Parts: sequence; C-alpha cells; structure tokens
Amino acid sequence: MNTVDAVVVGAGPGGSCAAAVIARAGYRVALLERGPSPGSKNMYGGVVYPRMLDALYPRWWEEAPVQRWVTRRSTMVLTDTQAVTLDMRTSNWGRPPYNGATAYRPDFDAWLAGKAEADGAELLCATTATGLLRHGSRIVGVTTDRPDGELLAPVVVACDGVNSFLAKEAGLHSPVDASNYTLGVKETLRLGRDVIDERFGVRDREGVDIEILGVTGGVNGGGFLYTNLDTVSVGVVLKLTHLAAQQQRPEELIAHLKSHPAIAPLVEGGELEEYSAHLIPEAGVSMMPQLATDGMLVVGDAAAMCLAAGIWLEGVNFAMASGMYAGEAIVEALTAGDMSAVGLAGYERRLERSFVLQDHRKLRNVPGLVLSDRVQHQYPQMIANTVERMFRVDNPLPKPGLRRIFTEERRRAGVKVRDLARDAWTGLRGLG
Amino acid sequence: MPDPDASRPERWPDISFEDRMATTVFDVHERAHIDVDSSVCDGCSTQRCVVVCPANLFVPTAEGGIVFNYEQCFECGACYLVCNEEGAITWTYPEGGHGVVFRRS
Ligand SMILES: Cc1cc2nc3c(=O)[nH]c(=O)nc-3n(C[C@H](O)[C@H](O)[C@H](O)COP(=O)(O)OP(=O)(O)OC[C@H]3O[C@@H](n4cnc5c(N)ncnc54)[C@H](O)[C@@H]3O)c2cc1C
Ligand code: SF4
Ligand code: SF4
Repeated sequence: MNTVDAVVVGAGPGGSCAAAVIARAGYRVALLERGPSPGSKNMYGGVVYPRMLDALYPRWWEEAPVQRWVTRRSTMVLTDTQAVTLDMRTSNWGRPPYNGATAYRPDFDAWLAGKAEADGAELLCATTATGLLRHGSRIVGVTTDRPDGELLAPVVVACDGVNSFLAKEAGLHSPVDASNYTLGVKETLRLGRDVIDERFGVRDREGVDIEILGVTGGVNGGGFLYTNLDTVSVGVVLKLTHLAAQQQRPEELIAHLKSHPAIAPLVEGGELEEYSAHLIPEAGVSMMPQLATDGMLVVGDAAAMCLAAGIWLEGVNFAMASGMYAGEAIVEALTAGDMSAVGLAGYERRLERSFVLQDHRKLRNVPGLVLSDRVQHQYPQMIANTVERMFRVDNPLPKPGLRRIFTEERRRAGVKVRDLARDAWTGLRGLG
Repeated sequence: MPDPDASRPERWPDISFEDRMATTVFDVHERAHIDVDSSVCDGCSTQRCVVVCPANLFVPTAEGGIVFNYEQCFECGACYLVCNEEGAITWTYPEGGHGVVFRRS
C-alpha cells in the first residue's frame, strides 16, 4: 500500500492547481486521472479565464496552449427570423496580460497537469479512483482500479468533476436532482484560419466568444459559438429535465442553431472534427455540497462551483481558484497536523473571501432567471420585435415612439409589467 | 421544373449519426461500464434516456423494451440522472485509460 501526504482525484483544472500548491510546499501528492491523459475526458464550451494563474505561473500566456485570445464578445438574442446582438470589442484583451482565451481542454488540462508535475506532483493517468478508504468517520485514502490499488493519505481532494462519486460517497451532497443539471453538446467544425478571420472580423490570434439565447426550441437552454484557430466550437446547453420532456434530440438542436439565418453564414461549410458532450452543474449555491469533512475537501465542478448564468459560462477559473485554495488550506493543515474538518476550515474561509463564493452568492438567482420560461420563450420575441420596429421605416406613417412599440410588443409577447420588473430587478441585482 | 435546391451550395455536409459518432475517439474496454437492466425498462413509461443520451445509445425495441450498447459513450451521466426507474441503470466509469478520448473539445 502506498502512502502520500495528499491524494488529489482528477487532473482537471481544479485538481492540477490543488496538486501544484501542495507539491510546492514540499509535500508528497498523488494526482490521479482516469483518462489516458489529462483533459481527454473533459469538454466545455471553449473559453478559459486564467487570471488566477498569475499567482501560480506568472507569464503563463507565453506557454499556455491557447487557440485565440478573446477580443470580441457578443450576446445574441434570437427568434426564428430575427437576431439582436450586443457586441463589444477591445484590443486590450489581445495583449498581455490578456483576459480570456479559447483552448482545447485536452491541450489546456494536459499543460496545467504538466505544470503540477514540474512542481513535484506525481501524476498517475489511466487510474480511476473507485471509492474512499475510511478510518472511523475519517477519510484516509482511496481505492483505485490499479492492481496495487489502494492509496493512503491524511487528506483526499475530490476534484473529480460534475458527477463526483467521491463527494457523493462521502455523503456531502444532498440527493441528486436532475433539474439542477444541463447537458452541453458541441461540434468542433473545421473552417480554416482565413475563413474564420474573415467571417468573424478578426486578425492574428484574436478570437470571438458568442453567447446565444432563444435558439433551443421548446427546451430551455442556450447556445454558444467560439472561434479556435482554424475551427469553431458550436453547441447548445440544455436543461436536462426539459430535454427529456420535449422529445428533442441534442444533435437536432445543434443543427437548429446552425441553420439560423444569423448563425449559418458563420459556420456553413464547416467539417465536423469532433462531436462531444458533458454535463454542467447549473444551480450554483443551491446545489453546492458540504465542502469539507474530516480528511476530505471538494473542489470545482464536484462542488457545483461552475457559474452558468446566461452571459457567463465560467467553470475552469472557479475550479482553478478553488483548487488553489484547497491546496493552501491543506498545506496549513498538514503543517498543523490537523486534517479534521476544523483543521481544513481555511478552505471555506478562502472561498468566502474570494470571487468563488461571492460571485455565486451575488448571481444566485441569475441561472434560474436565464432558464426561466419568460426569458427563454417570451423575452426574445419581445426584444427582437421592438428593435425591428424601431428601425423599420413605415412611411408614410411617422416613426412611432419607442415606448409605444415596447408596450405593444410586451403585450403581444404576453409579458406582465410586474413580471418584467421583477426579472429586471433580479438581473440588475446580479450585475450590480 | 428544375429542383431549386440543386444549384444551392451545400451548406454543411449532411452527416449520418454514425458518421457523427465516428468523429469521436473511443478506446473501448471489454467490460461494459454501464449496465442497463432491460427487464426494469420494460415497465418504464417515459424512456427519457432515449431522447437525452447524446450518443443515442438507448434504442427502444418494438416490444417496449430497451437495447443498450456502452461502446460509444461520452461518460456524461445524463442517462442515470433522468432515468425513470430505480435500478435500471448501473453506472460506473470505464477502466482507467479507456472509454472516450476527446481531442478537440
Ligand atoms: C458545454 C459546456 C460548456 C462550458 N463552457 C465553459 C467555458 O466556456 N468556460 C469555462 O471556464 N467553463 C466552461 N464550462 C465549465 C467547465 O468545463 C468546468 O467548470 C470545469 O471543467 C471544472 O473543472 P474541474 O477541475 O472541477 O472538473 P473537470 O474539468 O471535470 O475535471 C475532473 C477530472 O477528474 C477526472 N476524474 C473524474 N472522476 C475520476 C475518478 N474517479 N478517478 C480519477 N479521475 C477522475 C476526470 O477525468 C477529469 O479529468 C463548460 C462546461 C460544459 C459542459
Ligand atoms: S429511463 Fe431508465 S427505466 Fe426508462 S427506459 Fe431508460 S433506462 Fe430504462
Ligand atoms: S453517460 Fe451519457 S453518453 Fe453514456 S450512455 Fe449515458 S447519456 Fe449516453
């Protein structure tokens, strides 16, 4: 039986950051990954925000496997025939220290795990943690599917992603509720670098991040479109329980998005390079598990720390940050020799003080708002019709006032003033 | 009358579901990591797995049952979350190093 100071399960962004911090402090840490290489099981929309890495790997941008630097962000509201887009560009994000970048997860996660290895972590790929080892109520290691299977450690870090069987086995999650999850499916389409530059109006390594609302038919959800160097990632995120009820297949909903008059010209001709799927924990704080117990911490998606709230789809940064904080708390606890939940309390303290829990608290009601029936099925039509009429020339009629158009369109969409005011308040409070 | 579609450039190659799945790499292990108890499925009224599985691995039979094949599975977990009947799906990860291998995700 092997003994280390800490076992980190899952070499995603959360696990690699946790392992790096622990290894740097001189402790022996094993980083287990069930895939043949880090990132091979991981799929996401496509943009990482690596600001957290400034502390761990200054000038990370000189070596991170980036596809394009995001310098243009759009939010699109679609109906079957219309599109209203809020589009912002800044060349400031196209130079150091940058903001967001598109990257393939098999590249990015493998690079980050390699950094943890360089810091001294022992990476064990093709190794699935199959369960927890306990001593009384304390967690003291994991079993794996390797022949010499068991790994003992005073602390286990569950960075094992959205399905986290380890956190569930430890009893830290409430009973699983399918309505807290969305299913993401995506196509990576090869278009060629020049075609992408031209269609999306970018140069060099500039890239585009587009979030899309109103295109998932009867299924509540959203769409996304991101530019890689010579491919685009296009996909949809779908409320799992609605998908089941609506009898619509995920790949059909991608096809629906791709055929929209505002999207088709951007993606047509693209050759499918890979089709992929993954779950998202969508409900934020309301589904978060207990984050610490004797001998164990839960990090990243395993703790539902992904922020999926309409214009935000961020999880990698939350995982990296929570991984780093878990690592720091564990170093403290190892130094003090107390691996109980009390000894590990530095983890939650750090999360509370940082964006991880503060953003989640502030935006607590936004995921529900974005996936609500009004935002999904009534507002897109109301917004698009209002804007269309604002710009329509109806001569010989004079231009109607915006207030009148809006009131008419609000009524046509069946939206009550009271509901609109309440939703606007929820949205603004999230932003404020 | 000429077919109006004939001259239109092909927007994206029409792709069969089989070809779609062939774009993803799977290093299949001989052990099935997901087990579906079709005798439980026989009594299922919703068959939500059939719609939800992005890899389309749950195939309804004419007799109202389900045929399942684990080989091209994304290991996403959607099926066990939406499954209607207790005990129909036993869900585990494949042996370490096996299963789906994403490259461009
Ligand atoms: C469709 C979609 C779009 C998204 N878009 C974005 C985006 O644009 N930007 C963004 O920042 N985030 C995005 N996210 C969220 C982001 O992908 C996650 O929040 C992030 O990956 C969480 O990191 P993690 O380290 O916690 O978990 P993961 O990245 O899931 O890593 C978990 C790791 O643990 C391994 N593992 C699991 N169980 C075991 C076990 N028992 N033994 C050994 N290894 C195990 C897995 O193989 C995996 O490598 C998106 C997610 C989806 C699904
Ligand atoms: S939902 Fe569950 S019980 Fe119903 S058919 Fe699918 S696997 Fe069987
Ligand atoms: S885990 Fe996902 S891909 Fe695999 S069978 Fe279940 S729903 Fe289908």
